[in-house]
Amino acid sequence: MQPTAIEVHDLCVTYDQKPVLWDIDLTVSSGSLTAIVGPNGAGKSTLLKAAMGLLQPTSGYVSIFDSTAKRAVRSIGYVPQRESVDWDFPISVEEVVLMGRYGRLGLFRRPSKYDRKIVAECLDKVQMTEYAKRQISQLSGGQQQRIFIARALAQQPDIYLMDEPFAGIDAATENTIVDILKGLQKDGKTIVAVHHDLQTIPSYFDSVILLNLRLIACGKVQDVFTAENLQKTFGGRLTILDQVTEAVRTGQQRHTQDSETEVKG
Amino acid sequence: MSLLLLDSYNSRIVLISTMLLGMASGIVGLFTLLRRRSLIGDCVAHASLPGICTAFLMSHTRDFFVLSLGAIFSGLLSAWLVSALCARTKIKEDAATALALSTFFAGGLALSKMIQTSPIGNKAGIESYIFGNASTIIQQDLYVVVGVSLFCISVIGLMFKEFVILCFDQNFGASQGFSPLLLDLILMTILCFCTAAGLPAVGAVLIVALLIIPPASARLWTDNIRYMAALSALFGMLSALIGTAISALMPSSPSFSGLPTGPLIVLTAASFFIVSLLFGTSHGLLHRLNTKGGMR
Repeated sequence: MQPTAIEVHDLCVTYDQKPVLWDIDLTVSSGSLTAIVGPNGAGKSTLLKAAMGLLQPTSGYVSIFDSTAKRAVRSIGYVPQRESVDWDFPISVEEVVLMGRYGRLGLFRRPSKYDRKIVAECLDKVQMTEYAKRQISQLSGGQQQRIFIARALAQQPDIYLMDEPFAGIDAATENTIVDILKGLQKDGKTIVAVHHDLQTIPSYFDSVILLNLRLIACGKVQDVFTAENLQKTFGGRLTILDQVTEAVRTGQQRHTQDSETEVKG
Repeated sequence: MSLLLLDSYNSRIVLISTMLLGMASGIVGLFTLLRRRSLIGDCVAHASLPGICTAFLMSHTRDFFVLSLGAIFSGLLSAWLVSALCARTKIKEDAATALALSTFFAGGLALSKMIQTSPIGNKAGIESYIFGNASTIIQQDLYVVVGVSLFCISVIGLMFKEFVILCFDQNFGASQGFSPLLLDLILMTILCFCTAAGLPAVGAVLIVALLIIPPASARLWTDNIRYMAALSALFGMLSALIGTAISALMPSSPSFSGLPTGPLIVLTAASFFIVSLLFGTSHGLLHRLNTKGGMR
């Protein structure tokens, strides 16, 4: 059994007395690659923000590696939604990635050569080295996502929280990001990502959190990513249900294949 | 003419202080512009008038240090009112800003009229804080302007990366331990300092121009925030310098008291903007024509 990376206990979050998250209890084990799934307005982004202490919960708490201290939160690398920032901002790719070092630097201190070296390495990991000096408004959606991920990598955190890292990007970027996520997992990092494409969940992730205001289910993909749980999460919306059935079928197929390979091995 | 020849200590320090003020407001304005809070600068500036008048009525002194404390206090109060209105009511930021701005300024106008008609002595010049008049500034005022401007420039210099992260991605900054609430408070405070320092030379009505026009002009020349800060400071400095000089060169006669400094500084800044709009190497109109169909 892996140790717990994130523990969410009795968490309720309200905006203007309207509940956004209600009574959430869940744990994310260290070294897992977890998807958060749910319809629009289910509180997925809110859950990430509450985990980092960006929102004051109405009740409950989130602990990171058994600590609720603010310092623990800084061991989290955050990848916000791409649309959350102004891409016309007068800043270069390199400088955005450098922001990942600011938390370690603390107040007043300037980045050193060592910080810039790490930034160069992170840009290389997302294959954006040649864009380092570009102004960010010149980037495509996929490139924007890559530099946001590079910025989180530059933080060198143990936990990554990503808000829709696969939204609106090209296929090449999607593959790069999947490779990066799997590589991070191999290094023992914990990753939680909001994800929309149900069909790719079984192949990209090993665990899943199903969320719709309340927690529907949380656990290994093969255990909780079922048609029944997805129906509970998304309600009776037909198009999504078709997708779900398909996703579960391919997922199970893959799982069976995996078990067969394991038996053979 | 004496001002330009720098023949007196006072004229030298008038120029130096307005130049420093122009630099400070260019740099502080850059961050309020990027934070999309430019109009808060206008609100804070208008709201400083009742603060100045109240400070004068309470202390009966023309000491600009005392008056600017009043200006800073009422400026911060108006900024707080705007954010409280936005947070607790359905009123949006634009309406809340207009509401606070006009209410505080109306209060300031009423108070300044009261002061003009009251028997309190040594009241001359209170009304010059509305449009600014560099020629009536006395030396002691200038020391305050110099001190405050240097203070604002150093705060931004020290916390440059913190303000960049606040303006670009406040949630990410917060996740790294840079509280947006605290940084916004610091930014609003130095904004109030800066507008207070601008009152003698530029005046409450127009100081916002020195906060917006220089960074907006700088944006047209570069996509690098550090160059933008430097250019914005330069434009602010030159506008203040040229505007003050023109105002000093204006012939004044008993029938014509010359032009106030504030409008001249702002018109100078605006001409820098027009030049930038045409010739800006990054986003100017000519540049855009040359790269038609290319990047924005």
